Amino acid sequence: MINLEIPKKFVPLVGQAHQVAEEVFRPISRKYDAEEHAYPKELDMLAALIDGMNDGSDLGGAGAAGVRRTDNGDTGVRNGSNMSTVLGIIELCWGDVGLLLSMPRQGLGNSAIASVANDEQLERFRGKWAAMAITEPEAGSDSAAIRTTAEYDEENDEYVLNGEKIYVTSGERADLVVVWATLDRAQGRAAIKSFVVERSNPGLKLDRLEHKLGIRASDTAAFILDDCRVPRENLLGSPEINSTKSFAGVMQTFDNTRPLVAGMAVGLTRACLELTERLLREAGVEVDYDKPAASQSAAAAEYLAMEADFEAARLLTLEAAWMADNSKPNSLQASMAKAKAGRTCVDVALRCVRLCGSLGFGEELLLEKWARDAKILDLFEGTQQIQLLIIARQLLGKTSAELK
Amino acid sequence: MSMAERSMGLGLRALGRLAGSDVVDRLGVRKPAERILYRATRDGFKAVGAANRTFKSVNGGRKATRLPSATSTGLFDLTPTEEQQMLQESFKAFGAEQLRPNALRADTAAKAPEEILKAGGDLGLTMLGVPEELGGAVSERSSVTAVLAAEALAHGDMGLAVALLAPAGVASALALWGDGDQQATYLPAFVEEEAAAPAAIAIQEPRALFDPFALQTTARRERDDFVLDGVKSLVPLAESADLVVVAARLEGHGPVLFLLETSTNGVLVKAAPGMGVRAAATGDVLLEGVRLPARALLGDGDPAVFAAAVRRARLAWCALACGTGRAVLDYVIPHVNERVAFGEPISNRQSVAFTVSDIGIELEGMRLATLRAAARLDAGKDAAREIAIARALCSEKGVWIGSNGVQLLGGHGYVKEHPVERWYRDLRAVGVAEGALLV
Repeated sequence: MINLEIPKKFVPLVGQAHQVAEEVFRPISRKYDAEEHAYPKELDMLAALIDGMNDGSDLGGAGAAGVRRTDNGDTGVRNGSNMSTVLGIIELCWGDVGLLLSMPRQGLGNSAIASVANDEQLERFRGKWAAMAITEPEAGSDSAAIRTTAEYDEENDEYVLNGEKIYVTSGERADLVVVWATLDRAQGRAAIKSFVVERSNPGLKLDRLEHKLGIRASDTAAFILDDCRVPRENLLGSPEINSTKSFAGVMQTFDNTRPLVAGMAVGLTRACLELTERLLREAGVEVDYDKPAASQSAAAAEYLAMEADFEAARLLTLEAAWMADNSKPNSLQASMAKAKAGRTCVDVALRCVRLCGSLGFGEELLLEKWARDAKILDLFEGTQQIQLLIIARQLLGKTSAELK
Repeated sequence: MSMAERSMGLGLRALGRLAGSDVVDRLGVRKPAERILYRATRDGFKAVGAANRTFKSVNGGRKATRLPSATSTGLFDLTPTEEQQMLQESFKAFGAEQLRPNALRADTAAKAPEEILKAGGDLGLTMLGVPEELGGAVSERSSVTAVLAAEALAHGDMGLAVALLAPAGVASALALWGDGDQQATYLPAFVEEEAAAPAAIAIQEPRALFDPFALQTTARRERDDFVLDGVKSLVPLAESADLVVVAARLEGHGPVLFLLETSTNGVLVKAAPGMGVRAAATGDVLLEGVRLPARALLGDGDPAVFAAAVRRARLAWCALACGTGRAVLDYVIPHVNERVAFGEPISNRQSVAFTVSDIGIELEGMRLATLRAAARLDAGKDAAREIAIARALCSEKGVWIGSNGVQLLGGHGYVKEHPVERWYRDLRAVGVAEGALLV
């Protein structure tokens, strides 16, 4: 039966996450934006709390590992950990996107491990903080073009990784880095595998930390992999080079994490709208939901239009998460959610700054920061354009060779 | 009507005749003349008169029958019930087999073919919002079902869907807000006969920045009666309607709804086709000192009832936008895949392909927002904000989808050989229309 309200059972989780956002994130939001690369130590205690929330099976999962798909044989409708994770993330990013990304043990690498690791690996990496290293100086959106190589060293039963990785979120702080590398460049995407590398591995050399437009609380690292040796068991998924399946395997992570990033954008958008609504009200503008937009002030009409885009983004995000929870293929919906939420948060944040004038532009309030933070959400985990490509290929039934 | 207004009417009538002559053009006065003419003239209006059905009034202080809210599991869920899926499939098939092939003809004629209206009656559309006890087909109130039905029909054709759904909107209004006598008087004409009585909800008025909460159609009390004056526009089936639920500002009270039998003295109607939804035979209804008995007031004049009618009508139009938007997407995909330019299908180009992606994204957003609002109505929750949001999306993105549907077909999109030019016109109705339908 069709219902698009948040189920009651998630209300406590949403409330808790909101409290964290309001009482932990917001007060230190400006501080870590100003002190880029300083470690937000306030988050350590919090991470323990989130770990606790994740252990609560169906109800828990505000964290990155909530994306693991399980089939429990239940044929009824499920509202599970994909949805609860998205809901938690929306609230936390209402607080601060950069701080969410800095949460120990909530890295994209954790989602990758949760999505594709076998049970043994899952157990071995439990409790570790995992970052994800895909992008290279010469390969961004085109992740099949990565040049980092992984050679199998039979004698030591190890893989030897060589290459350069950039834009690794939490790369400095994490315990593990999930590195994408190719077993054989000649075989294209099928040969691309992901490897779990201990951060302490001497072959994984930190090159630098980036200075960024936004999400400055989150460290973004660049690494050199110099004969970096990892045990064979650290390869995630199958070592076979199988042209039909394997790249799809690593990409599956993204079907699961795109709704999470969309959730980040939804949370940030809501933060912008709520603050703007307050400031507009102080300026004497209130939105009337019954009166036609054209008969209200331009600011009220604009607010309504922004709220509409926000709601579309939010519902698309929930739809994608709901499909994941119910074992429905959601690649199309996940990309729709990511595309809509990513562009909406940038659009809304920048418009809110304009509507609020110098209050929006100044550093006294957080709107200007959110407008800077917003842009990353339309870039990472697949840019707007990549999402549109994925969507178009699915709607039009095209291969990547046909629609480039 | 005052003496002054009457003489102005006569003067304008003379002007109206003048408007057809070449003299106007030669003198260069056509523009101002046209501007004035529309509002006040009675030209073209005619009384419905005895041709229309009269209803045998039932007076017995009966208790109204109301549908209960549907009970939900409370889980987030996008799965229609089995019953809804069946209805969806049959309406979609009806849309494909009956509505789409007749759409161009009906659009040109600005009228739905009789056989379509009759076939629509067979679908039982008017029974979907009416309790079984009153001859309807449902045991729970479901705006979601109404939304899914409207969406499926509009996938066939929006104009014909409006023609078919307008009587259903009146039947639902009676089920929701009619008292026992009103239900007993009017509902049989919607649920018992082969083809439902032509009927519609008339809220819109012809002026820029129209706001349904600031009506210019007035109702004043005269002893036990109400006397109505004003003009209603964009009323589906205006010339043929037997019953119109008409919105007026009750003096000293606020906006209310009346059950207006069009055979009543002082009711004048005129066909007034627009750029789109032409198959719905839209028209204007002129009320000149129309005297209605006290029992004609719907929902006790409760302001909440009026607000609910406005919102539910907006949501109905959203559902139509979703259906027609989907029709655009379904139509452009094979076209851009088959159309070859510069040696390959045009869909191999990102500018074309990404437009298709954006149609898909915005359409899905419209649809989810519309369904959320409908589900909230069914759960008895306030849906004012959700409906405003759905309307904002369906109006603006809907038009954007219609425009890009034409764009993707290029010149082919501009000619009537393809339906996208009609969808372009129809989708504009969604942000314009107030009333007419109801979910």
